[in-house]
Amino acid sequence: MPPFDLTRRTLLTGTAVTAAAATLGGLPRPVFAQAASSLNYGISMTDVPLTTGQPDRGAGAYQFTGLTIYDPLVAWELDVADRPGKMIPGLATSWEADPADRKNWIFKLREGVKFHDGSPFNADAVIWNLEKVMNTQAPQFDARQAAQVKPRLPSLASYKKLDDMTVQITAKGVDALFPYQMMWFLISSPTQYQKVGGDWAKFAMAPSGTGPFKMGELVPRVRVELLKNPDYWDKKRLAKVDKLTLTCIPEDLSRASALLSNQVDLIESPAPDSVSRLKQAGMRLSTNVVPHVWNYHLSMVEGSPWRDVRLRRAANLAIDRDAVVELMNGLAVPAVGQVPQSSPWFGNPSFKIRYDMDAARKLVSEAGYSKDKPLKVKFIVPTGGTGQMLSMPMNEFVQQSWAEVGIALELQPVEQEVAYTAWRKGAADPSLAGISGSNVAYVTSDPFYAIVRFYSSKQIAPVGVNWSHYKNAEVDALCDQINATFDPAEQDKLLAKVHEKVVDDAVQVWVVHDVYPHALSSKVKTYTQAQHWFQDLTTLS
Amino acid sequence: MIFYIVRRVLYSIPIALSVGLVCFLLVYISPGDPISAIAPPDAPAEMITQLRRDYGLDKPLPEQFAIWLGRVVQGDLGRSLSTGRPVWGEVSVALKNTVSLAVAACTLAFAIGTLLGGLAAAFRDTWVDRIAMTFAVAGVSVPHYWLGMLLVAVFAVTFPLAPSMGAGPGGTFVWDWAHLPFLILPMVTLSAIPLGLVARTVRGTVIEILHQEFITTLRGKGLRSGGILLHVAKNAAPSVLAVMGLQLGYLMGGSILVETVFSWPGTGFLLNSAIFQRDIPLLQGTILVLALLFVALNLVVDLGQALLDPRIKR
Repeated sequence: MPPFDLTRRTLLTGTAVTAAAATLGGLPRPVFAQAASSLNYGISMTDVPLTTGQPDRGAGAYQFTGLTIYDPLVAWELDVADRPGKMIPGLATSWEADPADRKNWIFKLREGVKFHDGSPFNADAVIWNLEKVMNTQAPQFDARQAAQVKPRLPSLASYKKLDDMTVQITAKGVDALFPYQMMWFLISSPTQYQKVGGDWAKFAMAPSGTGPFKMGELVPRVRVELLKNPDYWDKKRLAKVDKLTLTCIPEDLSRASALLSNQVDLIESPAPDSVSRLKQAGMRLSTNVVPHVWNYHLSMVEGSPWRDVRLRRAANLAIDRDAVVELMNGLAVPAVGQVPQSSPWFGNPSFKIRYDMDAARKLVSEAGYSKDKPLKVKFIVPTGGTGQMLSMPMNEFVQQSWAEVGIALELQPVEQEVAYTAWRKGAADPSLAGISGSNVAYVTSDPFYAIVRFYSSKQIAPVGVNWSHYKNAEVDALCDQINATFDPAEQDKLLAKVHEKVVDDAVQVWVVHDVYPHALSSKVKTYTQAQHWFQDLTTLS
Repeated sequence: MIFYIVRRVLYSIPIALSVGLVCFLLVYISPGDPISAIAPPDAPAEMITQLRRDYGLDKPLPEQFAIWLGRVVQGDLGRSLSTGRPVWGEVSVALKNTVSLAVAACTLAFAIGTLLGGLAAAFRDTWVDRIAMTFAVAGVSVPHYWLGMLLVAVFAVTFPLAPSMGAGPGGTFVWDWAHLPFLILPMVTLSAIPLGLVARTVRGTVIEILHQEFITTLRGKGLRSGGILLHVAKNAAPSVLAVMGLQLGYLMGGSILVETVFSWPGTGFLLNSAIFQRDIPLLQGTILVLALLFVALNLVVDLGQALLDPRIKR
């Protein structure tokens, strides 16, 4: 006899009580619906980027808490999708290098602009903001913001106010690319800083800029609300939604699930394998070519096998980029150079990067290697992370392709931060002994970020990020010329010449460009996706 | 009993200190530069050196540990490298969310696990036993992040019955009707492992007790099932309590995977973020608080066991 009496009646009663508790208890159905003029955007960041002015978490964060709450002096044109955007006036209406001394840049400031707190924008505000990030002795100096923007202002030497609406910023040398650097520099309100007691931590919770959105509630690591600024100075760029909530959902599948269950209205960077499911559920996919490249930097330090251009070219020829795009479920475009072919800086390289295994085998054989006697190399690769796309599957794809032509690639997978640390150190660093390649994908948004920092020998790591230690006198001369050329069209031509040269030299192995996919529910009526890593969230409606 | 409590509390002090040392050193063993939490990837060497100096990361490790310990003893866990916010503020908010989730998951696991284990023991070697143990084994065996994704796919996407992410309005969990739906899926996911363990423990313990002579005596004296159940429960409680205490401790540590899958803003989510950003103060502070919590919880469980079974005190 069992020690307890379990009858059918007991079981049924128990079940009924449990069911009643669960249903009659009245657990409310989750309320996901948003007000008509609000959107909830699932972003891939683990935390809301810094809200004090200069966002942290990389270039991708500028679109979230940078260009929404704040404005730069010089802006990107982000409301066009069919061509790369240009430099346009932001809080400065014009800028020019002083003909008397080309190192001095004169910025004329926009009249009538007010910060969200009502205080006026003027030259004092610009100087105060420059002090905020450049002068460690200034009371408003903020090491956190300085760390974000100072590396992006490498040419800035000094600054002064000329009158209430004019500032002069002096570069370290003649640098025609200087205005591009100013696009990273955003202006916060000095008055609001004083109002919150001169405390950047408090300012972060109640920020004030001149941007198209004011900040609403901020829940660290969870979400931030951006509220339309109806008094925004650029009426063409008024926000189309009253409230835009940015919700941090770092996990790819969770982001897709949140969209599918209507908890958010759009997401960035859906996982490639979730694309078909999202489309089936009626979501729209928005993509565009962006200045970003997934590539390998090859070491050219003494003793590296990659000093042989034949091997560098073979490595480029032995990759079926269309197959990589297929692996990415279409969320990439083949890269046959540092910048997309639509870029004015692409030029016309004589080395045409294509998929040609026979040509690759021939070059490897000429260099003294074969499938039976392979060239053995080891690359440091990130396991994943922002901008790294499907890092490991893509690396393994390349590894298999290269094995076919006689290049035995050993992968050393590390976390993204470790890969960045190695990237900053450069190929000659003793900690990277035995490593002859680095796989860090990055933004190539402006001439310095796309070209100069990688190919000028003045930028050899750890000074800059010329990881490879690439030195080419002709390229160096062209880079110097670019810095001294103030005509944008002429500048483009010189950049194209550098690009042609580095493609011909096969300085890197270029694989794909990102298309920065977004998945949008039917609630999102309009969204202009620029050919840029930054996006203009005011175009969302 | 007082002597026992004092002895157990004293044992906890060296454990807490060791935990402090280990969690300080652990984060330095892993590769990567903590300055990555602050500087962009392409920051020049000169700036990296300056930042390292500003944040005291250029000092020798023992000196850094002494400074850190000195602050921790005064209750200051420092500021997050990445956000600049006080670590204690970050940890306390996350801990509140994780504790809510852990308590809910443990309560569910304890209720269902005890029920399943009790039924399996009472109906040993029958279909009831087999079904109950199938659930228990499945609970222990299924990877919980996978179960989480499955639950999201079924109950949030296909049949939108519960939200798939977040802790509800306001971003922080509070015990009210508006937030409860957000608890359901992570709670069910997290309860799977403790549920299985409790069910198996209860079954094994109850079977063992049911075969003891005093049960035969009780039955021989004519005690009914209800009365026998009380005796069985009291004798099984210390073992089950020990398992539940440990499980609650594990769950309070936060599950990095489950909290990431559900974007639940708890300590697991916080640790995930701190690890990937190399945010050393945040990592050290979070691990320390969790480890101390675990030590405290073990202490409470030990004392609870001693109360239930006086033999343990000896």
